[in-house]
Amino acid sequence: MNPLLAALLRGLLAILCLLTAFAYTMVLERKVLGYFQLRWGPTKVGPWGMLQPLADAVKMVLKEDIRPAGIDRFIYALAPGISLFAALAIFAAVPIGPNAAVTDPPGGLLYVLALAALGVYGVSLGGWSSQSKYALLGSLRATAQMISYELAMGMAVLAVVVAAGTVSLTGVVQAQASIWFVLPEIVAFVIFLICATAEGNRAPFDLAEAESELVAGYHTEFTGLRFAMFVMAEYIDMIVLAVVGALLFLGGWRGPAPVPGFIWLLLKTGVLIFLQMWVRATFPRLRYDKLMDFGWKWLLPFAFLNLAGTAIIVALRG
Amino acid sequence: MAETSTETMVLNMGPQHPSTHGVLRLIVEVDGETIVRCQPDIGFLHTGIEKQFETHTWQQAVTDSDRMDYLSPLTNNLGYVLAVERLLEIQVPPRCEAIRVLFCELSRVSSHLVWLGTSALELGAQSIFFYCFQAREAILDMFEATAGVRMNPSYMRVGGLMYDIPPQLPGMVARFLEELPRWLADFRALLDGNPIFRERVVGVGVLGREQALAYGVTGPSLRAAGVAWDVRKAYPYSGYERYEFGVPTRTDGDVWARYEVRMAEMEESGKIIRQAMAGMPDGAWKTDDRKVALPPREELHRSMEALIHHFKLVAQGFNVPAGAVYQPVEGPRGEIGFYVVSDGGAHPYRVRVRPPSFYNTAVLTRLLEGRLLADAVAIIASLDMVMGEVDR
Repeated sequence: MNPLLAALLRGLLAILCLLTAFAYTMVLERKVLGYFQLRWGPTKVGPWGMLQPLADAVKMVLKEDIRPAGIDRFIYALAPGISLFAALAIFAAVPIGPNAAVTDPPGGLLYVLALAALGVYGVSLGGWSSQSKYALLGSLRATAQMISYELAMGMAVLAVVVAAGTVSLTGVVQAQASIWFVLPEIVAFVIFLICATAEGNRAPFDLAEAESELVAGYHTEFTGLRFAMFVMAEYIDMIVLAVVGALLFLGGWRGPAPVPGFIWLLLKTGVLIFLQMWVRATFPRLRYDKLMDFGWKWLLPFAFLNLAGTAIIVALRG
Repeated sequence: MAETSTETMVLNMGPQHPSTHGVLRLIVEVDGETIVRCQPDIGFLHTGIEKQFETHTWQQAVTDSDRMDYLSPLTNNLGYVLAVERLLEIQVPPRCEAIRVLFCELSRVSSHLVWLGTSALELGAQSIFFYCFQAREAILDMFEATAGVRMNPSYMRVGGLMYDIPPQLPGMVARFLEELPRWLADFRALLDGNPIFRERVVGVGVLGREQALAYGVTGPSLRAAGVAWDVRKAYPYSGYERYEFGVPTRTDGDVWARYEVRMAEMEESGKIIRQAMAGMPDGAWKTDDRKVALPPREELHRSMEALIHHFKLVAQGFNVPAGAVYQPVEGPRGEIGFYVVSDGGAHPYRVRVRPPSFYNTAVLTRLLEGRLLADAVAIIASLDMVMGEVDR
């Protein structure tokens, strides 16, 4: 088959998988939060509310597309697209099994980090272009937050790269043949989890859309499909970062034999996603200045020390 | 290079905003995220309740008092009926007093539960909101079992109560008293040790003792500033002097202190409820003054006098001797006072309410200056205002 066509087909398949995963992560989150909060979550559409995403999709498409007066139309239309594109495109370089990725470049991790950083443009441009004070504050918060947490996340990931001796995601999984990195790199793992939560704009780091302060933050002025694109970007970000976390720290698709590797990866990703939902159900939201303090004064130094420590140990072992 | 010009931004928080406790509007001038100036704008929920009192008979007007502080309707009821009873110079039987205390304290717990739930929600801790409302459900069930209504029961009457308590109520109260400490322990486990929660509330929105007194702040917000002022202790009413309970105070005056005071108050209310239930006297639950209270239904078939009283009370109500009286009671938000004036007729001449939330809202201007926007929602929630009461 034409290699270009094959890559295109793989890409389409990956997007379809991600969109399905998005729809059901959302139902799962509503269910999980529901059970945490003494209620049922969606139950009306389909058995156990399993058709809820379809109903939501129809609703979003049918909503009136309202654009506030005085907006920068081009950027306003572009912003949700940037967010969604960045979230979807990360997955292109994420392998879900040996030789099972849209493309598995040797520098896969760098690509993942680069695209994860790109998503913030959608958020900050979306808030900035929509001519609303709340949206502006939300996008300012998002920009500051994502930049500061990006650094710590990069450091945490670098420690794994140093330990594995490769920047290829498949390589990192192969390097975990004897022991999962979650044990030797526990500091990096915790920092990665925190930063991934902050990157995905999720509670308790959901300051950019803190509904009690900023109404809906950066997407206050977005409706219908454009709003849906932001939500999709957020959930897909969460899913992809959970997959990356499972690959980097939990041995990816490695696991006892009878169960196929793909299922193992799914399970590990599921655990990481559930962890984020649990955190959301439990913790209050951080305050903006404390969030910055935490990122710069705690996460970054620890990530740096961890990286230096890992580097020294690896160098000593030769 | 051009000089960077900085300017402040005026932000309209409310009246349609997720955390303005109904329809409070704050005109906030922010420099980045720091609040430079804040001006509360009230009046969006004004429904002329004080004026409505004048159009109803003395007994009908009880229903007006419910609708001001809709989170604690029964303390409002009590303030109004006590004022009218003082004008009438009538006494209610001890059982009636005990039931009134019981329901006021249940209202206080229910109101504090709403405060805790909404505060937590505003800080981003969603689940506690649901736990609080679940706990409050038990109290609303008691209201429903007793008065038939959950939201605005209007259970009190001038001269007594609407009905006696139903037979299943003691069991419900006992179950509730058993569960309350467990709920409170759960809330404390989720919030007290949580570093994020502490960071959001400790040292935030400090209301000093002098400032609190100068602004006329009452209730938990005043006690959190170190003033042990409680109307139940200072001017006991409805037999509060017979109950043993503490007045929790803190001295820091910040959001954390207000949190602590209200949590402790729920425990104290639990004690009062227990005592009220244990020492519930038997006997009449409304005054036997036939000029004020309706005669028992059975008598209507036998007694001409009872029939006349019944007809007069229902058709035109009773007259209250001319005069004026101010009756304060301790509501969950502070001192709620009723200044009731009678011209000797069958309707109140004027009813003026001193709503604690009004004074607690006024202090916002001072508390928010120099704080972050995120602190604003924490401070607003900690003052626990109900706009229905502010605007009336």
